[in-house]
Amino acid sequence: MDALVTVRGVTRVFAAKGAVGEVHALGPIDLSLSSGEFFAVVGPSGCGKSTLLEIIAGLSEPTVGEVFFDGNRVGGFVPRGIGIIFQDDASFPWLTVRENIAFGLKRRGVDTPTVRRKVEDALKLTGLQQFGDAYPAQLSGGMRQRVCIARTLVLEPRLILLDEPFGALDQQTRLLMGDELLRLWRETGATILLITHALDEAAMLSDRVGVMSARPGTFLEVVTTRWPRDRDSTIATKPEFGEITSHLWALLRAQSIKSIRETATP
Amino acid sequence: MRKATTIRLIVIFGAVAALEIACRAGWIRRFTMIPPSEMAESVVRLFGNPEVLSDMRQTLTAIAISLGGALVVGFLTGAFLYAVPRARRIADPLLATYYSVPVFVFYPLLIVLFGLNAIPKTVIGFLYAIVAMIINTLNGLDRVPDVYWKTAKAYQLGRWNRAVHLILPCAGPYLFTGAKLAVMYSFIGVIGSEFILSSGGLGYRISFAYNNFQSDMMYGLILFVLLVVIVINMGLYAWERVLMERRGGR
Amino acid sequence: MTSASAGVRPKLERAGELAILIGLLLAAWQLMHHIAGDIAMTTPMETLRYTGKLLASADFWPHLQTTAKAFVIALALALAAGSFIGILLGFHRLSGEVAEPILVAIYSIPKVILYPIILLVFGLGLVSEVAFGTLHGIVPVMVFSMSAVRNIKPVLIRTGRVLGLSTWSMMRTILLPAAFPEIFTGLRIGFSVTLLGTVMAEMFGSKRGLGFLLMNALGVNDVQLIMSLALMLVTFAAIANTALMSIERRIYRLK
Repeated sequence: MDALVTVRGVTRVFAAKGAVGEVHALGPIDLSLSSGEFFAVVGPSGCGKSTLLEIIAGLSEPTVGEVFFDGNRVGGFVPRGIGIIFQDDASFPWLTVRENIAFGLKRRGVDTPTVRRKVEDALKLTGLQQFGDAYPAQLSGGMRQRVCIARTLVLEPRLILLDEPFGALDQQTRLLMGDELLRLWRETGATILLITHALDEAAMLSDRVGVMSARPGTFLEVVTTRWPRDRDSTIATKPEFGEITSHLWALLRAQSIKSIRETATP
Repeated sequence: MRKATTIRLIVIFGAVAALEIACRAGWIRRFTMIPPSEMAESVVRLFGNPEVLSDMRQTLTAIAISLGGALVVGFLTGAFLYAVPRARRIADPLLATYYSVPVFVFYPLLIVLFGLNAIPKTVIGFLYAIVAMIINTLNGLDRVPDVYWKTAKAYQLGRWNRAVHLILPCAGPYLFTGAKLAVMYSFIGVIGSEFILSSGGLGYRISFAYNNFQSDMMYGLILFVLLVVIVINMGLYAWERVLMERRGGR
Repeated sequence: MTSASAGVRPKLERAGELAILIGLLLAAWQLMHHIAGDIAMTTPMETLRYTGKLLASADFWPHLQTTAKAFVIALALALAAGSFIGILLGFHRLSGEVAEPILVAIYSIPKVILYPIILLVFGLGLVSEVAFGTLHGIVPVMVFSMSAVRNIKPVLIRTGRVLGLSTWSMMRTILLPAAFPEIFTGLRIGFSVTLLGTVMAEMFGSKRGLGFLLMNALGVNDVQLIMSLALMLVTFAAIANTALMSIERRIYRLK
């Protein structure tokens, strides 16, 4: 299978600022994502997971190394074909749900009938049909994230990057959103890169899980789950799930302790 | 209607009624104050007075110009200071102490510079209103969540589109607050200046009426100005509340 | 970053930036003088020199005293009455709700047009001036005091009850200290607007005081006096406000 995304030797070093010295935040990272796969990244706080996502997205540039998306070098801007969901709520409170979803399409100059059609499809796909004319302020956190997801999906991205998208939600909502995400993944056929600090989430949802070390983050190991494509949260009952999760934690435990020690500031 | 609103209306109505009775009964001398009912009559008569109408036009024009200038220049200055943090840090003490200074002390200087015409009061209105707009523009831009800047990149928005479709709507309510304050300050600046010294305008007409013992005219004008200002401000406050509510306070 | 370096450098930078600001203002002033000419303005240096002469002259002090007296009395009244009424309105929810839009309305009108009414009621003289200054100052003090009391965290009231404190004792030891920072902000703003009100009253209808001097100077086209008075009032207001702000910051930090 063709690699949709290739990350080669990516390192990010933040330059010295004032009294703070140079910070080697990430890398070197090597990674290859096949088209259509679901890849999760877990790691302790501060290991550079978000930085990695931003570099792959084109939101920031690596100090060393390169990223290729669909054969083209990524740098300086976010390529079309990549969609990003952030942890913070990025829905626009001054627009209705429909207008939110239509946002990207309108900025690209898509004609109105097509916009309307695609928005309706996205509403159906994300289960938001009844809320089309509501304002984000009237919706719960989980639904607002769904609006952001719909707004991203309507542009039919080939790669979807999610940076701890369910971090602000409660556990039950997280599990439901996880199922939602799997369903959307299957229906769109997109490639997914999910950053999460929840090991069970990573183990449950992905084809492969990359485990990062403490800062500077590199991949300690990439665990393959071998789940069937049509999975949902009920695979948590399978014995392999417990094995995978324990293995992830075994790898991470030492890293987390290390990270807490280093990031504790006076 | 809410309890507080009802009580408030009763209080205001009661106060006006008490005033009416006190004036008519002679407890308050006619020289000091005329009954509220006659004040109301006087307001109506103002509209038949060509001099007063001309004053109204003068005042309104000066307010409009000073307000327009304050909104535009204030917004642009605020945006500039936001974009250039160094400039903002330098300007910060000025912005922080600006409204503690009695701006009207510059009025005589402006008259010396421009003459006794419409310019000094327009400048005062402008100077008084502009900083409210600058401060609120900065406030609104500060409150644009970090994630929006990344979202703009995610949708490949250029700077113009980002400003128009993302930043401005996001900062909108705060810009509106700034505009609302600017309206208030333009009114106070222009009418206040006219009152102290001017060759025309409503403020001038009030001081003229006072100096010439024209109680009817004076109270009519005062009531008129009060009504206009209160109605405009109530309208703006209500509009602001609607904007903020829909956004859920974001 | 150690706490030592975190304190020292920003202070130097801040002082430098303040110097740049003052420099820019003086430069703008000098430029305006260059454009407008001696007929309309005096340079910063000239203004300072004249101010010095003014402060030394015997004629000046009575006017300064008049303004100072009116200002201090108006301020005292505004602070006392404003905070007292504001606190009451804060504790009694319904009254506060009723009063709030009225206060907002008073705040937004050009109060100067009410001055003739004050003159008619109190006549020309100190009383009117004080009344007008108080009218200006009392509003922000009331608004902030009311808001401060409303913002008292309910848990503090509950704590007071748990400790078995009497209402008066609770107010004195817990509630008012908790509300004090925001009340102080109201006092600071009240200071500035009372000054504004006092000077404006003198500018319109007075025979003494700095405001009167200012308008009188305009009448005889005494540009030096106009600029000097403006400089004095602006400097006084700015320095007083800055001092009050730094006290305010310290009070808030103690919370």
